[in-house]
This record gives sequence, C-alpha cells and structure tokens, in this order.
Amino acid sequence: MNTELTGVVVTYLITLLLAIPLGKLVGKIFRGEPNAFDFMAPLERLIYRVGGIDPKLDMTWKQNLVALLTINAVWFVYAFFMLLFQDKLPLNPDGNGAMTPDLAFNTAISFMVNCDLQHYSGESGLTYLTQLGVINFLMFVSAATGMAALALVVRAFLPEKTSLSGNFYVYFTKAITRVLLPGSLIVATILAFNGTPASFAGKDQFISLQGDTVNVSRGPAAGLIAIKHLGTNGGGYFGANSAHPLENPSYATNMVELIAQVMLPIIMLFALGYLINRKRFAWTVFGVMTAGFLLLVTPTLITEFHGSPAIAHLGVAQPAGAMEGKEVRFGPLSSAYWSIATTVISTGSVNSMHDSSMALSGSMQLLGMMTNAFYGGCGVGFLNYYYYLIIAVFISGLMVGRTPELFGRKVEAREIKIASIVALLSTLLVKGGVAIAAYVLVHHPDVNWAVKPAAWLNNTGYHGFSEILYEFTSANANNGSGFEGLGDNNFFWNVSTGIVMMLGRFIPIIGPLAIAGLLADKKYVPESAGTLATDTSTFGLMTFAVIIIITALSFFPALALGPLAEYFSLK
Amino acid sequence: MKTHLSPAIRLTLVMLVLVAVIYPLVVSGIARFAPGGGSGEKVIVNGKVVGYTLIGQKFTQDRYFNSRPSALDYNAAGSAGSNKGPSNPDYLKVAQARIDTFLVHNPGVDKAQIPAELVTASGSGLDPDLSPAAAKIQVARIARVRGISPERLNQLVDEHTKGPALGLFGPSTVNVLKINVALDALK
Repeated sequence: MNTELTGVVVTYLITLLLAIPLGKLVGKIFRGEPNAFDFMAPLERLIYRVGGIDPKLDMTWKQNLVALLTINAVWFVYAFFMLLFQDKLPLNPDGNGAMTPDLAFNTAISFMVNCDLQHYSGESGLTYLTQLGVINFLMFVSAATGMAALALVVRAFLPEKTSLSGNFYVYFTKAITRVLLPGSLIVATILAFNGTPASFAGKDQFISLQGDTVNVSRGPAAGLIAIKHLGTNGGGYFGANSAHPLENPSYATNMVELIAQVMLPIIMLFALGYLINRKRFAWTVFGVMTAGFLLLVTPTLITEFHGSPAIAHLGVAQPAGAMEGKEVRFGPLSSAYWSIATTVISTGSVNSMHDSSMALSGSMQLLGMMTNAFYGGCGVGFLNYYYYLIIAVFISGLMVGRTPELFGRKVEAREIKIASIVALLSTLLVKGGVAIAAYVLVHHPDVNWAVKPAAWLNNTGYHGFSEILYEFTSANANNGSGFEGLGDNNFFWNVSTGIVMMLGRFIPIIGPLAIAGLLADKKYVPESAGTLATDTSTFGLMTFAVIIIITALSFFPALALGPLAEYFSLK
Repeated sequence: MKTHLSPAIRLTLVMLVLVAVIYPLVVSGIARFAPGGGSGEKVIVNGKVVGYTLIGQKFTQDRYFNSRPSALDYNAAGSAGSNKGPSNPDYLKVAQARIDTFLVHNPGVDKAQIPAELVTASGSGLDPDLSPAAAKIQVARIARVRGISPERLNQLVDEHTKGPALGLFGPSTVNVLKINVALDALK
C-alpha cells in the first residue's frame, strides 16, 4: 500500500484511539470526580485564591455568560495595547516594529476568539514578548473558554431540576491545568526534539554553500505550536505556519500535529456523553460528524492525488500528485488530509498553501468551514452542532406529530427562533462581507489603503472570487486559515474581518447558552414510548440532512461562483 | 459586569504567569537537551556554519543538486508560498519557463520524467527536501560537470534517502543541503 495513504489512515485511527478513552477522563474532570490529575488541585486552589474566585459558588447561566464576556473583554484590551506598543517593550531581538491600530485590532480579536486569522507574518510582525505574552497566552485561554462554554451548556441536558448553573471560572481553570497545559507540554517536547526551536536566540546569519548570505528567523516556537494545535487555534509562529520546516520538521511531527488538533474536539464529544450519561447519544453525534468529515476528505484526497490538470498539460510528471504550495516531506495526500482536518475543526493551521489547492479541494475546505460542526473547534464544535440539533428535533417532531423535545424538555418557539437566527447569521456575515468587498473592489479600486483594492487579489477570475469568499468564511467560522494570496493587511480587511470574527464567535456561544438556560427552566418530563429518540441512527440521518440542507441552501450560490466555476473551467 | 471585573483581571494575571512565563521557560529548558539546544540544528563544514538542516537553501548551480523553486528565493528571514491558483495563466507561464530552463540545463532528459516538484514552489519557500526521483533526474548533469560516475552519484542519493517514518508512513525524502555537502566531500 502507498505509504502516504497509510500515513493518513493511521493518523486518523490513532486520533480516535486516543480521543475515545480520553473523553471519559475529561468528563470526569468536568464532573469533579476523582481523576488522574487530582495532583493539580493545590495549584488550582492557588489560582482561585489569587483570582478571588469562590469555586463552590453556583452561578446562573446569565452570570456565567457575563463572567465569560467580561474576561474576554479584559483580554482584548490587554492584547490590543501590547501589540500596539510591542516595539517599545523588551524581548525583541530582531527589532520588529509595532502593529498599526487596525492590524492590532484585528489580531487581538482574532486570537481572543480562537480564530487566529493572521494579517501579519510572525517573523516580522511580532516580537518574542508578544508571541508568548499575547499569542501563546490567548491560545490557551480562548481554547479553555470554548471548553468551559460547552460544559456549561450540557448541564441543561441533565434530568435534575437545576436552573442551569455551574461555575465558569472553575471549568475554565481546570481546562487549562488538567487538559491544555499537560497536553501542550508533551507535544512541545516532541517538537523540540525533532528540531523546532524553543530558545530566545534571535535571527541567525550564515553563508550558504553556494555563497549567498542568508538570515534565519528563530525563537521560542515549540510551546506555541503545541497549544496552537491542541487548542484548535491554528495561528502560526512563522508566516508559512506548519508548512515551515522549523514549525513542522518531519512527517512524524506532521502526524503529531494532526493528531493534536483533531483530538480535543472528539474528546469533548465523548466527555459530553459521559457528563450527561448518554454514551449512545455521543456515538450518534460522532457518527454524523464522521460521515460529514469523510465525505469532505475523500474527494480532496483523490483530486490532489490526481494532480493539477494544468500542470499535466505542460507535460511533466506528477507521481505523488499536485505539488504547488506543498512540501516534499508531507506529500500531497497528507497535505490534502490536513487541509480538510483544519477546516472542519476550527484550527486553520496549514501545512500546504490552500490558495494553490485544486479547485475541488478548495470547495471542500470552504464547505468544512461553512458547516463548522463536523467535529468543530474544541468545545464550540458541539455548540455549533447544537443548533442544528434543535432544528432537527423541531422538524422531526412536526413530521411525526409529536411535541418536539430534547432530553425531557420541550423545545418551543423561543428556542427555535434563537437557533434559526444563529444558523442564518453566519450566512449573512459571510455573504454580506463578500458582497461589500466585491463592491469596493469593483467600484473603488484606488482607495488609499495600505493595499489598494485593485491589488487585493493574487489571482484573477473565479479564483480571485474564491480568495474573498474564503477570507470571510474563515473569519466567520473562527477558522483562521486563508487563501493567503489575498492582500489582507489593510484597513478594510482588518476591520471587516475583525467584526465578523467577533460575531462569529460570541453569537454561537450566547445562543446555545441561552437555549440551554431556557430549557433548563422547563419541567422535566421523563422519556416515554412517545418520546422522539435522539440517539438512533434515524435521528442521526435526520440531523445530517438538516445540516446539508441549511449549508447547501445558504452557500451553494457563492460556491458556484468561485471554486466550482474554476473546477469546471479547468476540465 | 462590575462584580466580574476584579476576578477577570486577577485571573488573567495569574494565567499570564502560568502559561506565558512558566510554560515557555519549561519548554525552553527541556529543549536545551534536544539537538541544536533548541536554537535549530546547524550544518557545519570545516568549522564553518553553512546552513540549518531543516532550512532549505537556494541551489541553482549545475554542480549541485538543485532545490525546488521558492516564492521568496529561500530568504529564511520570512516564509511564504506563491499562493498561485491552479488556473492562474501567469503562474502557468512561470511553470513553463522553469521546465524550459530545466531542459536546457539537463539535455537528454525526457520532459515527461521531470517530477512536478522541480517546477512548482513549496508551501514555505524553504523546503529542505527533494524526492529521490527529483534528485536522480539531476544525476546525469552533475556527473558531467563534476566528472564523477553516475553510478556513484545514484548511490549517493540512495545513501541520503530518508525512508518513510518508521518505514511505514509518508514519502521518502532527500535533504538537499546534506547531499550537496556530501557531494563536495566526494572530490
């Protein structure tokens, strides 16, 4: 068997083998049951004491939401000013400059919301202080925020008549001390021993064998790259992200980074099953998500393996597949697998340049982000799935003539309204943004921004449209990958995607939290023969259909104008 | 909001210490025991640093195994791919020009045998590797320029071929810098 294909299949299988048992562990952690990480308890007590937090305090869903939003606001202000004044702060051996206000705005939001869209390159755009104190910091806390939000939402699935409560701070702290920090230490160690730099030494200079003088960027990268994947963040230390040989030195590290990024979303799913004592439900959701994932990954593997039709016309060989924008040590298959893994979950790190992917692969990457629930980001992946679930419950309830209910609580008009608004909002943000950008590009090509609209696109025609579509889709899905040919470091893109990222993150957290809060206040009706079972394959299929219909109806016209048109024009 | 502002700030400060100070210092400490001490593994010839194992460098001379095209000319102060889409007409012209150049420097090579990686830019612009096929197709040229037998050069490529990870996963690669250092040492 082809070693590249074996590599991809085994990478996926190892991910599952690790994630399923670890799901139970994380479930225990969030339930507060005795677990392997209890040795962290003294550290956590210290954190609570310094933080002025009462870990035993039960807060209502509204209090938790305010706590979550307040601390995020603090991070934003902190990050914004750090980036704005980074040139005057220490730990800047390469002498890099400050960010412009619009870029600092974009970057602070981007990392606060776990999106990690980057309109700068790490080598020249940040200092070692901001790489660690802003980027690396926000990667930990934004991932922990998502995990805590999930833990808060699922409490509404429990039968006890509790008004939705829990303590955001406690879930947040434990997500860091017991999951993200230990996991990152392991991944960072593996990376460091395979050649990723982790010291504070600045740029180096040498004379190459051919006699060229070359500068090499370095820095404390290994730790950042570990949490970048484990927390489904995705922002690269270096500009080329995990295509950079120091960020991802070998096929083995490539496997580790792939496993690290896909693992936690699946872990959280099985943790959820354990938290609410519904393992079958977790498996049903997992089945739906896996079906969606495989449906996207398979055509991408095939199309990249067949190589570029235009390059084939030139008459050279493509023994491995398409190679533009790809690294030899990973090969086209692992690059194809990565490009879908990183877009269905919300990582957005890349090990090949998506702008140079085949047109069909580009469609699959976009679809992964448009759905954003085939595994999804750590914690928030299920929150996205949750509003599809509510809609599926409602529609199937109507179809069979039963009161729609989820886990013993009636789903009524208010919940459906919230779920529908959340589902439709992403369409509005993505397509509205694309429409404005296209309008500006056509009618005001010479506005005096850092990059003039006329120079935004690196490719013409359909592919140029795809670059615009990809940027807004990625911002809304909190993904952060890009068709990087887009000239995006200017006022228009920094501000517009900044706003989209913020709404694309917090609305899908606030919506499900509100639904959960409303559901938890309702009377619990024990399940009976008349209840619509949500853990059967029939219902899984129903949810899958809802996801496909909503996504297809929302985004198909836009896809048809971009990557699909390019695909058919290349034949 | 007010009641949550104080814990928000204090929790932020303590987490900053934990994940942005202690964590990177621990990783940095562990990396001291790694090859290159956490600052990147260097390639040294006659006491002089000629590059980093993992950072590809520009090789365009006929006497060396040439590296892949790079969107930033192997300037490792940055990193980038070309970001050219598969249907971009300008890009296809560039690829055609690279094929023509390759054929001029490697007369007698059948165009259909040239692996696409030799005429396409990598994702990072710093790709340190070639596939064994892309190295071997350059052997005839180097043999002629250096006066070394093609058999010896093919053997050199085999010696420098790193197989799949654990012998099972991923492609085989040849590190261009290392094989060129070995090439210079052949004499």
